[in-house]
Amino acid sequence: MHAAVVVFPGSNCDRDLAVAFKAAGAKVSMVWHKDTALPEGVDIVGVPGGFSYGDYLRCGAIAANSPICREVATHAERGGYVLGVCNGFQVLTETGLLPGALLRNAGLKYICKTVGLKVATSDSDFTSGYDAGAVIDIPIAHHDGNYFTDPDTIAALHAQDRVAFTYTDNPNGAQADIAGILSANRRVLGMMPHPERAADAGHGGTDGAALFRALAGSLVTA
Amino acid sequence: MKARVHVMLKNGVLDPQGEAVRHALGAMGFDGVKGVRQGKVIELDLADDATQADVEAMCDRLLANTVIESYSVEMV
Repeated sequence: MHAAVVVFPGSNCDRDLAVAFKAAGAKVSMVWHKDTALPEGVDIVGVPGGFSYGDYLRCGAIAANSPICREVATHAERGGYVLGVCNGFQVLTETGLLPGALLRNAGLKYICKTVGLKVATSDSDFTSGYDAGAVIDIPIAHHDGNYFTDPDTIAALHAQDRVAFTYTDNPNGAQADIAGILSANRRVLGMMPHPERAADAGHGGTDGAALFRALAGSLVTA
Repeated sequence: MKARVHVMLKNGVLDPQGEAVRHALGAMGFDGVKGVRQGKVIELDLADDATQADVEAMCDRLLANTVIESYSVEMV
């Protein structure tokens, strides 16, 4: 598996994401927001957490229109894999690769804590390492993680089994307790919680590691 | 030519910041504030031949997220 991790000005989980990919056996390339091409042979692009462009205008809005994001969109449209975590999820909704938007947390506070996540589907190359219905402990750290979309889209996400993770105790007001969703082809995952921050025993939990292992198992470089 | 863009959360989208302002006003003794919605104003300094349609394209592509926000454009 060859993973590319995008670095925007203000990204702060880019190296954590790279470490998690490497621990699962991936070759990792870091790509800069001004780059106009992804490295040759990239299987998956990681869009990391942080505060790209200082969260100016809206979280992820400026990043979504950066040169590298046009390449990420092209990669996804060709059937490539994309993982967006936290700010990366916000970027993916702003690009339109995933539906909906992330609003300010309903309680207005920035929330940084470990939460329970239910694995809503194991039918994806991101979540195949978990049993559907399993509850895992993954940290969140966000101010704008309140997932919002129209009722028809919520119904479609459920009907197509595209909700990847839900909160067991909704911390931010997200509709239908949604913590992460998949694209229609199940190759783009956006999630607010940080699996890369629960990927090493030193983190205090390793429930996120199975996501990266599952990807590495599926995306074996030919 | 200048344009002024008003961006607001759509009706029905929870505005927790507006709610917090409403509570604060009530706590300060300003009675009768039934609701507060908070948005943003963006002022653009444009070339003389810029049109309203140009500004609307900017809104659709960047200045507003039409999943959650509505906008209005004022050419001034």
